[in-house]
Amino acid sequence: MSDASIPGPAAPATGKKSSLLELDARTKRRNAAETRFKAYGIVAILIGLCFLVALLVAIVRNGAPAFTQTFVTLDIELEAEAIEAAEASVVKTSQYRDMIRAELMGRMAAEGIETDMDANTLGQILSSSEAGQMRDFVLENPDRIGETVTFNFLASSRVDGYSKGRVTRESLERDPNLSPAHLDLVDQLEEAGIIERTFNWSFVFGADASDSRPEQAGIGVAMIGSFFMMLVVLALALPIGVAASIYLEEFAPQNRFTDFIEVNISNLAAVPSIVFGILGLAVFIQLVGLPQSAPIVGGLTLTLMTLPTIVISTRASLKAVPPSIRAAALGVGASKMQSVFHHVLPLALPGILTGTIIGLAQALGETAPLLLIGMVGFIASNYPEGVASGFLDPNSAMPAQIYEWAKRADPAFYERAWGGIIILLLFLMTMNLIAILLRRRFERRW
Amino acid sequence: MDDQRLTERSVDQKEIKISAKNVQVYYGETHAIKDVDVEIEDNTVTAFIGPSGCGKSTFLRCLNRMNDTIDIARVEGTILLDGEDIYDKRVDPVQLRAKVGMVFQKPNPFPKSIYDNVAYGPRIHGMAKNRAELDEIVEKSLRRAALWDEAKDRLQAPGTGLSGGQQQRLCIARAVATEPEVLLMDEPCSALDPIATGQVEELIDELRTNYSVVIVTHSMQQAARVSQKTAFFHLGNLVEFDETGKIFTNPEDSRTESYISGRIG
Amino acid sequence: MSLLWIVSIVLALAVVGYFVGRQRALSTAGGDHRKLHSLPSYYGFNVALTGAVPALLLLVAWTLLQPLYVESRVAANIPAETIEAAGSQGLALTEVRRLANGLDLAVERGAMTAEEARSLSTDATDVREQLGEVGVALGSNVSSETLSLAQRYRSISAIGTTVMTVLVLGIALAGTAYAFMKTSPTFRARNTVERGVLMLLLGAACIAILTTLGIVLSLIFNTIEFLRLYPAAEFFFGTTWSPSFTGRGGGSELGILPLLWGTLYISIVALIVAVPIGLFAAIYLSEYASPTVRSIAKPLLEVLAGIPTIVYGLFALLTVGPLLVDVFGDGGLLGVGWMDGGTAVMTAGLVMGIMLIPFVSSLSDDIINSVPQSMRDGSLGLGATHSETVRQVILPAALPGIVGAILLAASRAIGETMIVVLGAGAAARLSLNPFDAMTTVTAKIVSQLTGDADFTSPEALVAFALGMTLFVFTLGLNVFALWIVRRYREQYE
Repeated sequence: MSDASIPGPAAPATGKKSSLLELDARTKRRNAAETRFKAYGIVAILIGLCFLVALLVAIVRNGAPAFTQTFVTLDIELEAEAIEAAEASVVKTSQYRDMIRAELMGRMAAEGIETDMDANTLGQILSSSEAGQMRDFVLENPDRIGETVTFNFLASSRVDGYSKGRVTRESLERDPNLSPAHLDLVDQLEEAGIIERTFNWSFVFGADASDSRPEQAGIGVAMIGSFFMMLVVLALALPIGVAASIYLEEFAPQNRFTDFIEVNISNLAAVPSIVFGILGLAVFIQLVGLPQSAPIVGGLTLTLMTLPTIVISTRASLKAVPPSIRAAALGVGASKMQSVFHHVLPLALPGILTGTIIGLAQALGETAPLLLIGMVGFIASNYPEGVASGFLDPNSAMPAQIYEWAKRADPAFYERAWGGIIILLLFLMTMNLIAILLRRRFERRW
Repeated sequence: MDDQRLTERSVDQKEIKISAKNVQVYYGETHAIKDVDVEIEDNTVTAFIGPSGCGKSTFLRCLNRMNDTIDIARVEGTILLDGEDIYDKRVDPVQLRAKVGMVFQKPNPFPKSIYDNVAYGPRIHGMAKNRAELDEIVEKSLRRAALWDEAKDRLQAPGTGLSGGQQQRLCIARAVATEPEVLLMDEPCSALDPIATGQVEELIDELRTNYSVVIVTHSMQQAARVSQKTAFFHLGNLVEFDETGKIFTNPEDSRTESYISGRIG
Repeated sequence: MSLLWIVSIVLALAVVGYFVGRQRALSTAGGDHRKLHSLPSYYGFNVALTGAVPALLLLVAWTLLQPLYVESRVAANIPAETIEAAGSQGLALTEVRRLANGLDLAVERGAMTAEEARSLSTDATDVREQLGEVGVALGSNVSSETLSLAQRYRSISAIGTTVMTVLVLGIALAGTAYAFMKTSPTFRARNTVERGVLMLLLGAACIAILTTLGIVLSLIFNTIEFLRLYPAAEFFFGTTWSPSFTGRGGGSELGILPLLWGTLYISIVALIVAVPIGLFAAIYLSEYASPTVRSIAKPLLEVLAGIPTIVYGLFALLTVGPLLVDVFGDGGLLGVGWMDGGTAVMTAGLVMGIMLIPFVSSLSDDIINSVPQSMRDGSLGLGATHSETVRQVILPAALPGIVGAILLAASRAIGETMIVVLGAGAAARLSLNPFDAMTTVTAKIVSQLTGDADFTSPEALVAFALGMTLFVFTLGLNVFALWIVRRYREQYE
């Protein structure tokens, strides 16, 4: 452009012309600051994602072994006299145990594995549940006495840990339950195909076991407990939550009482979950006298905890239905109630369901209130016998069971706890996925 | 008419401040600005008029690369500021915007004190060596925006507490504080009442002595009142660009005439 | 008759009522439903609701209140020596209740007849063994007083249940009949039904109030009970926390200060982790990230919020704790030896911080997004860089909202349980070393109330006082935070 650039009469005081094409030093500094600032943001997100990855890796790496289990396969001949003798003795399982150990010794001799251990020491390879397992089989199938039956006995948790790399010869130096010498035998037994690690369905579907038998513990019963709790939550929280939302969103007059309800709901949403546990303990157990540790109490407590979540999301989806729909219904002479139940509610339903599923997922993973109403501290070893017993008999729940295992301070139980987390997260993932799909499928833009 | 006289006075040759050639703007698939050529003179108020959605604001935002902040916007063609292509790769929009200031449709004072609002630009551009100089810049800018008398006793009060017209004048003070060479104004009076509008218009006319001012307006009266040159945009095209007096009295294009007489728009 | 039966009968009656009412409405109108005020189904609903709702409400109320009444009647009759033997009135009552429930179960399972259960005496039979056979485990041998009290308990309960059954079914029948009689073409059935439904909706909304009330009352009553047994000054200002394990009678020092300190310390560590990361992530996501990056990174970060706290607890206990010991522990990487065990303030705080990242980031994201675009334009138009705009215009504008978000996160941290139960340790101490194990209010609530706690000892009741403190703290923080956020939102609306 022109070289006739005469500065105007009142040109800016610092009016020296600078070229746009050259960056002055200050702009360079400012751009560097800009780049740094942006980098902080990226770093923050990366840190967050790293944490997520670390968490998931820890879960999968530590939890995956829980899904396989080391078994000892033995063929045992069920001799009638031996069984009669065993049933006649005082401690009924002890003679079964002897039979199993004898068979193990015999089998080892047949395979040419030599040892100077006696049967009892050798028996430490097996889980202490082996005799009970055999006796149960005999009692259930009396007609098979006299035959030779193949049993898959659980190996003891130390042997199982050895095959998963958790237990080493060094770690067994002072262990009273297993010696390094056992591990040499285990290696040989494995080669002979007597000891084998296979997928462990009984972890998924089995019951919890006592402190000393981590190899036997499963999460199945706790899963049933969670299931019954979720039934209670669904049956109560959904209708009550939807009813409350309809009232607040569609009918409530603008007054102090309505404000009071709203304040209550928004505060309840932020009350720590453990306080709901205290409430459940004080009201449902102490006051009403419902049985401790029962899924129904857990369900009721979690219902109260989940209600605010459901109310908040339901109100949002009711609010998203445009007023024109209501006006249209009212315009043809429907009552307010009819316009809500015939038109607004069906349109808001996908949103309500999504919110409910997310609320349920939250309730499913909640642990703290369950600790207070006694869903820990015992061994949930029996499946409920029916629907009523499912609601009323003491049971555990998945997160409570995981906590219980974590507390037992035994690496073998830690492994179960991580495994339990995998199952719990699978449930939560499925629920959230359903919620996302529902939202995608039915999302409506007005 | 008063405007007529103003126009005549400014007929003498002025330096070309901004020269746009063959400018195209796309919003995603939409071709929002088509083949616009325009030359904006220094020490002149140039008005962009046209019906809503005709692209006048979009074009205005090209002049200080505010469109860069919109992801889907794409600008083609050349726009020269003092002969330098502002879309050159070496140009930092930050440095450009210091030279080409902007005032927006809605008054948007920052949630800070009046003083800090005005001092914001000088601070980030490092224009003052010390507090005293900064005070001076603030006072000068507020005076130039005709806000000093109203604001001098409450410089530490929040800028959001001012009235609408005062807020817009504060925004103008904020813009002139960085001592730009060009001042872009995007419908600066559309959110103001007539009295405040009058004050701002008066101010625009005064600013002309120091800056090249480009104003987008949907009010033809306003364009006639404040500008010396007027550009009429329609459907993304620059239909006509000429002396304001000519556009309003004797337009060449029939579309301009229809718009001015109120038949389209 | 069991509850289930009563409910089923009432519901069945309602279904029948619906059809009868509908039928009657139609027949009174001579089969022409246009002559009716409302649609026929409304007459049916009217009959069904009038029959079922009051009856079911009575049922619920009665079931809730009956045990209270029975216990107060029985409690008044417990002889002093039984109370002494059990340790407290509450324990004695628990024994009575357990025995009574045991007898119920025995009758239900057919181990004894109802008559036998009534006339049982400790002289004739060993009650404990007999109940043991049906799977009811009793802690100690049953004294004759306890047995007679249990029998009394059962008889009062039985009377109550009978009265209730009669009343509930009576009300259901009467309601049905009344509504049935009122059915006529001019009866405004729709209005009546809609009023009824509205009442039900209102009732559902009131559950929120009842829940709050329940929380407040159960905390207050038990806290008062605790403060009767334990001096308030020592609780609030005591610097030692060492409950005696024997439970009964003195020896416990229950000062809340070490717990509050632990809670605060862990929350601060958590916020130090979560606030910068969450805030910078939010700034990047809302100001810089392309839509693609945003649509991937935001949900991924929010996964962290959807993971149950028990998972974080385990992560703290088994992964982060040992890792920190490897670095800060004796013979660790840094060789500083600050850390003795995996459970520590640092462990719990760090993991809790991770949990809170998405909480801080999505709240801040919302708040930054609600700063009007005109602010950004104004600043960019003056030649500010994007980061200058964020730091000098957007953040100051969003500050109140962000403070609110951080306070909400703090309230989360204070109320968090599982992470501290597993990750922070059990030792209550006032220490400044973040690598020491400390404990928190929530962790102690859990430890004082799990297991077979005796709800009359200060060691168990203190949990309610702790809960009260926690509740007041988090509630105050929340109300304050929400107030700030709301005021902030109004500013830009």
